[in-house]
Amino acid sequence: MNFIALRMLISDRAKYFGLIFAFAFSTFLLLNQISIFCGIMQRTGSQILDVTDADVWVMDPYTEYFEQTKALKDTDLTRVRGVQGVDYAVRLFKGNPIARTIEGKFASTFTIGVDDSTLIGAPRKMALGRWENLREANSIILDRAGYALLYPGQPLELGRVLELNDHKARLVGISDASAPFVSFPVIHARYSEALHFQGQQRNQLGYVLVRAKPGISPENLARSIEAATALKARTTMEFVRDCIGYYLRNTGIPVNFGITIAIALVVGLAVAGQTFFLFTLDNLKQFGALKAIGVTNSRLVGMVVLQAATAGFVGFAFGSGMAALFFEVMSKQMATRGIILTWQVEAIVAALMTAVILFVSVISIRRVIVLEPASVFR
Amino acid sequence: MTSPDSTAVSCHGIRKSFGTGDTKIDVLRGIHFEAHRGEMTFLVGPSGCGKTTLISVIAGLLDPSEGKVSIFGQQLAKMTSRDQILFRRKNLGFVFQQYNLLPALTAAENAAVPLLAAGVNRSTAVKRSKEILDRLGMASRADNYPRTLSGGQQQRVALARALVHEPRLIICDEPTAALDHKSGESVMELLATSAVHPDRAVVVVTHDNRVFHFADRITHMEDGIITHTEQNPKLQAA
Ligand SMILES: Nc1ncnc2c1ncn2[C@@H]1O[C@H](COP(=O)(O)OP(=O)(O)O)[C@@H](O)[C@H]1O
Ligand SMILES: [Mg+2]
Repeated sequence: MNFIALRMLISDRAKYFGLIFAFAFSTFLLLNQISIFCGIMQRTGSQILDVTDADVWVMDPYTEYFEQTKALKDTDLTRVRGVQGVDYAVRLFKGNPIARTIEGKFASTFTIGVDDSTLIGAPRKMALGRWENLREANSIILDRAGYALLYPGQPLELGRVLELNDHKARLVGISDASAPFVSFPVIHARYSEALHFQGQQRNQLGYVLVRAKPGISPENLARSIEAATALKARTTMEFVRDCIGYYLRNTGIPVNFGITIAIALVVGLAVAGQTFFLFTLDNLKQFGALKAIGVTNSRLVGMVVLQAATAGFVGFAFGSGMAALFFEVMSKQMATRGIILTWQVEAIVAALMTAVILFVSVISIRRVIVLEPASVFR
Repeated sequence: MTSPDSTAVSCHGIRKSFGTGDTKIDVLRGIHFEAHRGEMTFLVGPSGCGKTTLISVIAGLLDPSEGKVSIFGQQLAKMTSRDQILFRRKNLGFVFQQYNLLPALTAAENAAVPLLAAGVNRSTAVKRSKEILDRLGMASRADNYPRTLSGGQQQRVALARALVHEPRLIICDEPTAALDHKSGESVMELLATSAVHPDRAVVVVTHDNRVFHFADRITHMEDGIITHTEQNPKLQAA
């Protein structure tokens, strides 16, 4: 009977394609919007994730997310170093000075000052040059996207000079930093030099980066640091989650995406549901004949579910293909780099589409079950 | 021929009404009806007199409001709904006025549906249905889809579907009503030659008096009641 169900499904080409289109469209929209949403949310923590040398971030108790820092005191660094289980602890500066090129182009930046002696916090993914070159005097590393912004259309080239708050700095490397939430150029410099870039603001020691001793879990260490210093200490993942949580709570982003995602679901449900329901109604006479001949209700329900699931699966496959293509192109664009289609999002959307398919079949199944077999004589 | 054990279908005091209160209509008003093995029984009467309702009740597709139906000595009303379906699947074949073939299936696949419904595998089922189609002169059309067949050919496919699982009772509702005289005649001819069998009863609803000569017995119905039954009109006509 299964082959009969499938034949019924594909023999009506117009409705079959309509159904597949509805499922594909809905799948594509869901994958698209959820992935972009996740990508953007991930960006709020990308500067944290880029620092691979630290297990724990220590900050002022009032700091809620990466971009909002209240300066620590220099003695805080010493206190953190004194906590049991700390392998090393170094300072990290974070500021937003304005960078200006010789040609006069300027932009607010994300400037990160890393520990002078260890360079912990320096970017490890480099597009050009070496991060170790930061040791040279007045040197900075600029990220690729920032380079494209400040030197549009120009090939990657080291040795260029940027002015940061009247301090001349020389480009010794171009990094592949992850895209930040706001599209500022990302600059890395040594701590001692970054201080000068910032100018009059006294905001200096943003974070203390801590590495745990071998065998000590970052979570436990973070808790001990908090207990010992009354500062806030978060593991890398905790801090990323804090940032994402902050943006979720304090921006319109989740609402906006939520609306689009809901619309994608509703459109998928409505269009696919409607098309499938009409398809079932058209076939009611055939189901009636099968019923009269002696096909059981459970068998007929199986046929309807198989039809909905097949159309849904083919639609999902098409929608996923379109989304994969979309992100393949998009992740290569500078502005949308790093936004990708993950298997987690695929799994979420697969679950959503399964729910849609079930819902869509339920209303059709009802009609098939209540169908009077005697109606075949009419 | 009409000894009690030859009885295939027997109906006693069948009443059936639709609706309630002011809109209630009594469609069957105390029906006594019999059909016998080895015979083709015609059920005739004006349109709207309740013929379709009666055969729906006989086939177990509709529950009567009152009365008793037994088929080969068994009462469907006393079976669970699942057993009813299994009984129907095994013992009944249907031919409908509108053929009711599945447009997505070939002639052979359509005729194989009762076997497929009973769980016979596809190649065996289609092979058996092709043999029947062959007997009905449809061998060359076995792989055609219904939309490419004439009405008479489609009805022959429907007839093959009614015969393929060798049921003991075949019920036909106006099988020739949608056909021209010649095709109708040849479908009836096939019904008389292929369907009638010593172990099988055939009940044909029709008001096409041009085909009455195929009947072994004609039961006349009017306004929900059986008025009279003629036996062996063939012999009488001869
Ligand atoms: N499900 C139903 N609900 C209400 N009335 C019905 C229903 N089925 C049949 N009828 C009525 O019963 C009468 C007999 O119908 P039917 O058995 O189809 O007659 P026939 O087959 O002899 O033309 C008609 O008046 C028809 O309108
Ligand atoms: Mg009728």
